Amino acid sequence: MTSIQPGRAWHPVASSGDAVVRHVFQGRLLGRELAVWRADDGYVNVWENRCLHRGVRLSIAVNDGRELKCQYHGWRYSNRTAECTYIPAHPADAPARTICNRTFAVVERHGLVWTTLELDRPEDLPVLPDDGRPLALRPITVAAPAAQVVDALRSYDAGEDLRLAAEAELLLRFDRGTAPGLTILVQPSDATTSVVRGVLHGVAVVDRDRPPLDLLRLHNRALNRVRARVESDLGPLQAEQQEPELELLSEELAELPPLSRPGRSASLRVRVERKWPAGADVAGFALAPLAGHLPAAQPGAHVDVHLPNGCVRQYSVVNAPGEGDRYVLGVKREPDSQGGSSCLHDVVREGDVLAVSEPRNNFPLRRDAEHTLLVAGGIGATPLLAMAQTLAHHGLDHELHYFAQTEDHLAFRDRLATLGGSVRRHLGLDVAATKARLGEILAGYAPGRQVYLCGPGPMIEAAREVAAQCGWPVEKVHFEYFKNAQEIDKESSFEVALARSCLTVKVLAGQTILEAVREAGVAMPSSCEQGACGTCLARVIEGEPIHQDVYLNDAEKASGEAIMTCVSRSASPRLVLDL
Amino acid sequence: MPTFLCTDPVVLNLWHPLAAIAETAPGRDHTTTLLEEQIAYALPPDGGARAWRQGAPQHPLPTLVRYGYLWTSLGTPPEDLFSIPEYDEPDRRNMNASTIGVHVSAPRAIENFLDMAHFPFVHTDVLGSEPHTEVVEYGVDVSAERDEVRATRCRMFQPKASASSADGAEVEYVYRVPHPYCSVLYKTSGDDPDRQDVIAVFLQPVDQEHVRAHLLLSVLDAAHEDKEIRNFQQSIFGQDKPILENQFPKRLPLDPRSETPIRADKSAVAYRRWLSGKGITYGVIPAGR
Ligand code: FES
Ligand SMILES: [Fe+2]
Repeated sequence: MTSIQPGRAWHPVASSGDAVVRHVFQGRLLGRELAVWRADDGYVNVWENRCLHRGVRLSIAVNDGRELKCQYHGWRYSNRTAECTYIPAHPADAPARTICNRTFAVVERHGLVWTTLELDRPEDLPVLPDDGRPLALRPITVAAPAAQVVDALRSYDAGEDLRLAAEAELLLRFDRGTAPGLTILVQPSDATTSVVRGVLHGVAVVDRDRPPLDLLRLHNRALNRVRARVESDLGPLQAEQQEPELELLSEELAELPPLSRPGRSASLRVRVERKWPAGADVAGFALAPLAGHLPAAQPGAHVDVHLPNGCVRQYSVVNAPGEGDRYVLGVKREPDSQGGSSCLHDVVREGDVLAVSEPRNNFPLRRDAEHTLLVAGGIGATPLLAMAQTLAHHGLDHELHYFAQTEDHLAFRDRLATLGGSVRRHLGLDVAATKARLGEILAGYAPGRQVYLCGPGPMIEAAREVAAQCGWPVEKVHFEYFKNAQEIDKESSFEVALARSCLTVKVLAGQTILEAVREAGVAMPSSCEQGACGTCLARVIEGEPIHQDVYLNDAEKASGEAIMTCVSRSASPRLVLDL
Repeated sequence: MPTFLCTDPVVLNLWHPLAAIAETAPGRDHTTTLLEEQIAYALPPDGGARAWRQGAPQHPLPTLVRYGYLWTSLGTPPEDLFSIPEYDEPDRRNMNASTIGVHVSAPRAIENFLDMAHFPFVHTDVLGSEPHTEVVEYGVDVSAERDEVRATRCRMFQPKASASSADGAEVEYVYRVPHPYCSVLYKTSGDDPDRQDVIAVFLQPVDQEHVRAHLLLSVLDAAHEDKEIRNFQQSIFGQDKPILENQFPKRLPLDPRSETPIRADKSAVAYRRWLSGKGITYGVIPAGR
């Protein structure tokens, strides 16, 4: 007998054919239930079969090709990373905490889906004779422990002149003559159930879609005979079923999340997988992870890109739902570039490695409106494209209005094409014509409608004004500025009390609240540091803020309940913050 | 002495529902399972109610007839059951909408009853509809004096708020959990906007992972027949059943780190803490196990 590499940690849990499109297969390994599903990009996911919210089986979830949607409360989990991307009960909140289901490593090979419950993948897959066309037999479930099933299978023949040639744990290889004939793998489902999976080697398969049925039937019958024998020898099984240990969640996830959303500031390393002209003066970038998976980006999210020249810039992620293997960004060349866009256009090349932040979403897309208008100006289309793709994928009513100089200036035309009739182009309009067109688009506010705006500052100003005139309530008008063009006054000095940290810090002239707070040793996330992105938001408990940001809407500013610590200051001598 | 299969003193001392009076033929013996034990019960023709462990008629169990159901206890129950004052109002129609067996623990079923966030997904186009999925802030309190969890100002958009309304509307609910395995909800009545319909679920714990759910309706509806009202509630419950039976683990985990709550789950968080505080072990996975 020859020896085979053991590969004990890896087990087949499904046939490739079980992971069919838009379906979730329920598997079982060592007592643990698994949800096995294939996304439209071909990737096979093997997850704990349990929604993190209330424990509902994900094998009854909806596989929409990109995400699993739980049947109970509609939580969505992304392809590959199993991160929760949307919680419908709280449509205004991006799930700020990393709620991530348990995933297991997956390899699809020899017509089988393999997984391991061990997290640090100690071994490789068992090596099977690979003649290029393995043919998986129909799996047979046996009500017996795996070891017993292996014992009974050692003398397996099926009248095919098979001879046991090699054996490893839960694996038997049979040769026919000198050539490999069949490998049998026994999947230990739980203490009393096993699944026998066979892979035939060296079968001349003329047509992949028409496997040699006689051979499959022959083995099916022979394996069923083994099953009947094993089960009758054993009698009814009484073995104690072990309930698998469920992993406890982090403390953070166990608590009810606060109403405010803290940001995060971890960094990821990515490789520029592709760089291409995505429109006039716009460079498209596809950033792939150096290893593992990237955290999922929700529509409206941006990442900070750390450039080789030391600049840090924010770019919205254009990804469609479930597009989890890379971040797609669009970078417009700014004529007065301070080193951000010119560096990305001129210096960064395919293959380069960049550091980026985790995606942050301060411009979350509510999906509880009956109709959503997306109004984009120029490169402001990037977050709205992500939103349009999401709304289209969910089948929610929307229109994407895209203002640009010329047809050539429209970015990501390939993605626009997939959106079809919901895209309206508005080309070559001057200031007055733009405003008039905005009036047409925003006319007729009705409850159940919402609008998202992103584009150059003056255009957002105009659109907000028009929306107000057309009767849109401020809370239905969402916007994101690229940058804060206002002059920021930093001259005042005042005191800031941090309620949770029991600290009082002095903010001097020339210093920001953010800087003063960090100096006092309190960690605060930030991103654009000019009052546009919303990452450094803090709740105000007491005091009268001077806002100076372009993130909050007028109602939010008037309420005085939140500030951007990177630009806001205080009109009162003291400001009390919930930090 | 018989051996007790359930050893949780809190649960043994509770009143548990056995059957709807209206559906129990008087004058003969019936049997059911409660806390893994076979229980016999009867409504003697001369009135009253009796219950005993199967095979031990000489040791009668305590009984109570309330809200149209026969209740018993395998321990020393309190003198009376929680109160639902509305039940006695003369113009109400009280009925058992259904008694359905569900393969789930009683506390999981209570959480489902308290939960509004699932309406658009599970009771699609009846109690909720996408994209109206938001659960706005609501109030939760645990009254020490009444020893019950209460959720107030629970609002949700409903496509068919009542039988008489064609349009969707926001409806308001109040939920009470006055008993570890029973809950009562109040919902603005379609017939009289100043009063509320009452729907209550009384769970009979068959074992740790099976219940019989008795659904009480106490409504002001004058337009619909009993059968229509029942059918409606039964179809709603039929939608919940497959979800409940696919929850894992079936017993309710009380360790706060076993599942992820969101703000919409405030009432469930309060309910789990309340159960922990009582030291309940039956039908739950106690924290720090
Ligand atoms: S249990 Fe899955 S979304 Fe609530
Ligand atoms: Fe329900």
